[in-house]
Amino acid sequence: MSYRVREIALAVTIAALMLLLAWRTTGFFTATNLVDLFLANLPTMMIAIGMTMVILTGEIDISVGSIFAICSVVMGECARAGLPMVVSVLIASVAGALMGAANGGLTAYIRIPSIVATLATMVALRDGLRWYTQGAWIQGLPQQFQWFGLSQSSFTELCLAVVTVTVLLGAAGLKHLRIGREIIATGSNKAAAHIAGIHTSRVVFGVFALTGVLTGLAAALNAVRFNQVPSNSGLGLELKVIAAVAVGGAAITGGAATITGTVLGVILLSGIGSALTFLGINAYWEKAIQGAIILIAVAVDALQFYRRDDAHTLAA
Amino acid sequence: MPMNPILSATGITKSFAGIQALKGVSFELREGEVHALIGENGAGKSTFTKIVTGALQPDSGELVVHGQRVANFSPQAARSLGIAAIHQQPLLFPHLTVAENIALALENGASGWRVDWKRRHGQARELLHRVGVDLDPKRIAGSLSMAEQQIVEIAKAIGADAKILLMDEPTALLTDREVDHLFSLIRQFRQSGVGIVYISHRLEEIQAIADRITVLRDGNTIACREAAGIDRGGMIQLMVGRSLASIFPKHTVAMGATALEVCNLSNSSLGLHDISFSVKKGEILGMAGLVGSGRTELAKTLFGLSPAACPIYLHGSPVQIHSPAHAISLGIGYLPEDRRQHGLILDMDLGENMSMASLDSVCRLGLVHREKEASQGERYIRDLRIKAAGASVAARTLSGGNQQKVALARWLAIDPQIMILDEPTQGVDVGSKSEIHELIGQMAERGVAIILISSELPEILGMCDRIAVFRKKTIAGILQREEATQARIMALAFGHPDALAQETVQA
Repeated sequence: MSYRVREIALAVTIAALMLLLAWRTTGFFTATNLVDLFLANLPTMMIAIGMTMVILTGEIDISVGSIFAICSVVMGECARAGLPMVVSVLIASVAGALMGAANGGLTAYIRIPSIVATLATMVALRDGLRWYTQGAWIQGLPQQFQWFGLSQSSFTELCLAVVTVTVLLGAAGLKHLRIGREIIATGSNKAAAHIAGIHTSRVVFGVFALTGVLTGLAAALNAVRFNQVPSNSGLGLELKVIAAVAVGGAAITGGAATITGTVLGVILLSGIGSALTFLGINAYWEKAIQGAIILIAVAVDALQFYRRDDAHTLAA
Repeated sequence: MPMNPILSATGITKSFAGIQALKGVSFELREGEVHALIGENGAGKSTFTKIVTGALQPDSGELVVHGQRVANFSPQAARSLGIAAIHQQPLLFPHLTVAENIALALENGASGWRVDWKRRHGQARELLHRVGVDLDPKRIAGSLSMAEQQIVEIAKAIGADAKILLMDEPTALLTDREVDHLFSLIRQFRQSGVGIVYISHRLEEIQAIADRITVLRDGNTIACREAAGIDRGGMIQLMVGRSLASIFPKHTVAMGATALEVCNLSNSSLGLHDISFSVKKGEILGMAGLVGSGRTELAKTLFGLSPAACPIYLHGSPVQIHSPAHAISLGIGYLPEDRRQHGLILDMDLGENMSMASLDSVCRLGLVHREKEASQGERYIRDLRIKAAGASVAARTLSGGNQQKVALARWLAIDPQIMILDEPTQGVDVGSKSEIHELIGQMAERGVAIILISSELPEILGMCDRIAVFRKKTIAGILQREEATQARIMALAFGHPDALAQETVQA
């Protein structure tokens, strides 16, 4: 029930922001701007779907920025080596899956708390990449690299299709798939889920691997927007993703989150930055305002939790 | 005998999300009396205590404390009127010392910016002395036994100068000797004019300590009687509104082949050693013993939560059970002791909770068939007479007895061949309890081999075909139904013949 309230509140905030933009500015609702905005935030949206699953199980993955950077470089290297684009995308996704699986293995089977395990992989992967590339960007990419050799509009449509499918599969999966049920049960009460015969370690492993795949795919789709691949992409991406999931109403303790909430959270946090530019507000305010939004969202959760706690745990 | 009412409640009502928890509760507590409040789980006892301690606001009705009508009650206001509560689980800060816990409760430990440790310790020592225990105030609360923690709770209440003391199942975690000590404290309070509201499912305790008894049923006050004028049967009848013909219906069941057998089983990580026994189809094998004697540990081993060193024989063939999922696939079910921690997922709905161990039967190609799941839920709600609005309500909203039935339904849904029940009726009201006993009997009739772990000897004696008595992580002896008595079980559990004498004194 409270998810609904959260989702409506987010939708209303986004609508208000849109109205303000329509009223005070010109140029925001142009096709070019909207396409730019969409493509720039595509990685956040894709990864946030995976992150929602991770947070649902009560874990967290702060290494997605580093995985993103590596997958971008993998994508570039494959293309430069002359592999077909489809194969390159596949290899980038597999690379993401392997790194996600490493996070999952450390968390689910070696039982290192995920915040520590993914902190370690975040640093190790980022520095490993720096050593490999020596800071150099990947250049000299083939003609068909940028936009997969498609027109920009076809490429945008392709991306839109990929995001839509990911979001719909994520939302439907949580509600209707057996694995979705197992993710929610694991996050709500791991001990009880285990006794009920759910392979909780496998579930935790799975959500990390899934997040890796989505990160790899997002990196591939993002890399082809330009004709060279930077070796330091995805810096701070993990924070943006986690913030969007939190704003979307996910409980960081696990067991409660919705894909709808996450999607709205991503839209709000991504929209606000661009909106500020168009409203002529100094860009330095962007982070402060994003911070305020996160704080409000989390404070509302905390207050609701406090109220519920008050009613149910006293004098049980 | 002093007769001044110090607390009186009339026509208290309270509803949560459309469910009427209290429909009209009236209650009166006099100075210097022990007034028992009894009723099935879900009758409204907890809600009523929460209203008296200010944790909840009533929807309507009148609450009068010390002759003054109170409105907009809060926990702080309740405390300032001398109302204190002691719960089933002590609520101490486990990492702080006894003295700190007491000082925090009294909120007078700090004068200025400096903590006066000497005063804190002196105050704690004095209060502990008044309740007649010799506890070091410097000890960390988490290191105390449950009984000692309960004593600290009582010391807190005395320190706060409580005039009205609510005790909710205070003996649930105590041993007999500790209960005796608690009762002598209660009598001492009564002498000094404190009014005590005593809530318990243990009717023999109520007979021993209460002056008057108020019975709640379905959110209504059903009766208020002098304790001397009513026996246990009468209390049960008032609580359930019908007389229970037989509390433990024992079905005679034709037993089949051996379903499960273990031979010299040991599990070093849980300390189990040299355990040998077998259960037949249709048989109920009881497991008695003191808390910590190895019964739950055996259940965990059989269910694959902590794998054993040697194989377990299922229907004659050896298997190594390595996980709960594996155990379930072999037809073993396990109802854990702590239904809130290990049983139900409280935020998920009843249908989802019931299908959790049998997702295979409601899923196809990885898709959950939600209608099938919901209709299965509705069927169990009807069959097990679970008091709930429907399969889509969260398990959290149900009372203890009804939650336990939901947990049982989950295992009925896997259609088990072997069912391990760990304290299935602990903290469950009288009515649900006999319904759960009936369900266990029906499972045995269907040919399920049942292992019933229980600390309640009448339950063990009433339900079981054979009884394995545990002592020091192994089976001390197995008794046939005909030869088993409370005394013999106790003798085996304590491991010396003196226990026999003790038992006869108590009985």
